[in-house]
Amino acid sequence: MLLRSLRVSKREFEAGTGWNLKPEGACQGDICIPLSKPAGDPVDVRQVANDVGMPLVESPEHGLWALGPASIGSRTLASAEAPELTLPDLDGKLFNLSSLRGQKVLLFAWAPY
Amino acid sequence: MWQALRNELHPKGFELVAVGLDTLGGAGCRAFIEAAKPQHPSLIDQHHVLADLFGVINIPSSVWIDERGMIVRPAEAAPAPPQPGGPTGPRVNLPSELPQRFVEIMGEAAKIKSDAQAYHDALRDWVNNGSASRFALSPEEVVERSRPRDNAKALGHAHFALATQLEMDGHHDVAIPHFREAHRLVPESWTFRRQAWSLEKVIDGPLQRFWQGPDPTKPEAWPYDGDWLADIRREGAENYNEPWRP
Repeated sequence: MLLRSLRVSKREFEAGTGWNLKPEGACQGDICIPLSKPAGDPVDVRQVANDVGMPLVESPEHGLWALGPASIGSRTLASAEAPELTLPDLDGKLFNLSSLRGQKVLLFAWAPY
Repeated sequence: MWQALRNELHPKGFELVAVGLDTLGGAGCRAFIEAAKPQHPSLIDQHHVLADLFGVINIPSSVWIDERGMIVRPAEAAPAPPQPGGPTGPRVNLPSELPQRFVEIMGEAAKIKSDAQAYHDALRDWVNNGSASRFALSPEEVVERSRPRDNAKALGHAHFALATQLEMDGHHDVAIPHFREAHRLVPESWTFRRQAWSLEKVIDGPLQRFWQGPDPTKPEAWPYDGDWLADIRREGAENYNEPWRP
């Protein structure tokens, strides 16, 4: 997740990382990781990233931070439940993968290079 | 290239979602998407979130997701199906004489192996038989087969994301060390490498993004340790895709 500030709204953090911030901790599906102190809103990104084990890379002189994914269980997927994916089409219109529930989906990655 | 197979399977409750992984966004993907005229969703992924979320390390690759939103096959190589009427790529005016580097790149690309028939048969079997298909994996197996990731690789993903945004913000030279860190920490990712290489403007013209390597007249100016031709030769084109597992 890319950040322009180390304090972002709870909604933005949850959408960007896929981790939902609940009283019991940061949760994804059945998995919850306890936090050292309850996440507020806005979220203290550095604290939550540290608790969940998401690496943070900084380029403050360009006003940019990037949060890497967590690596629970040493695998890319912690669960077979598909994470939400929201991406734009050519016109910039956002599409949610979850809008295709009820159909079988083949997510196909390609590149023009 | 997927349009015909998608149209065959669409009436059975199947949809294809194509995602172009390119930091240049529409500027890089538009000609290809417009030439393919897709009837399915076709999206742009400038930061390669497909790598973070699903473990995509190569193209072309796929993830299969069932009606309930459960992944039934994690990221794996997805060979293109045969397209009636021939390829649908944009028209590129090739120079009358291809530079030697391209002749060599095309020679290596021809050696890349994929088991297209078995893969497409499996896809049809899954669309017809759903969870009863032997190609639909259990949730445990999906997690088990997803790409290994440790803290170092996760850090590499963060460097890559930062590099893509720096590139988009016009800080090309500042992005390079972060791309290099991503390559060092996630050496198995071809997409992390090819993306960065494709942003170097070594030659002019329509083949610029495919050059992906040093300028032979000043090789010392190339900012990366590897390049497309050197890396595919070192790793072996036959190993570019992992063998398909049913």
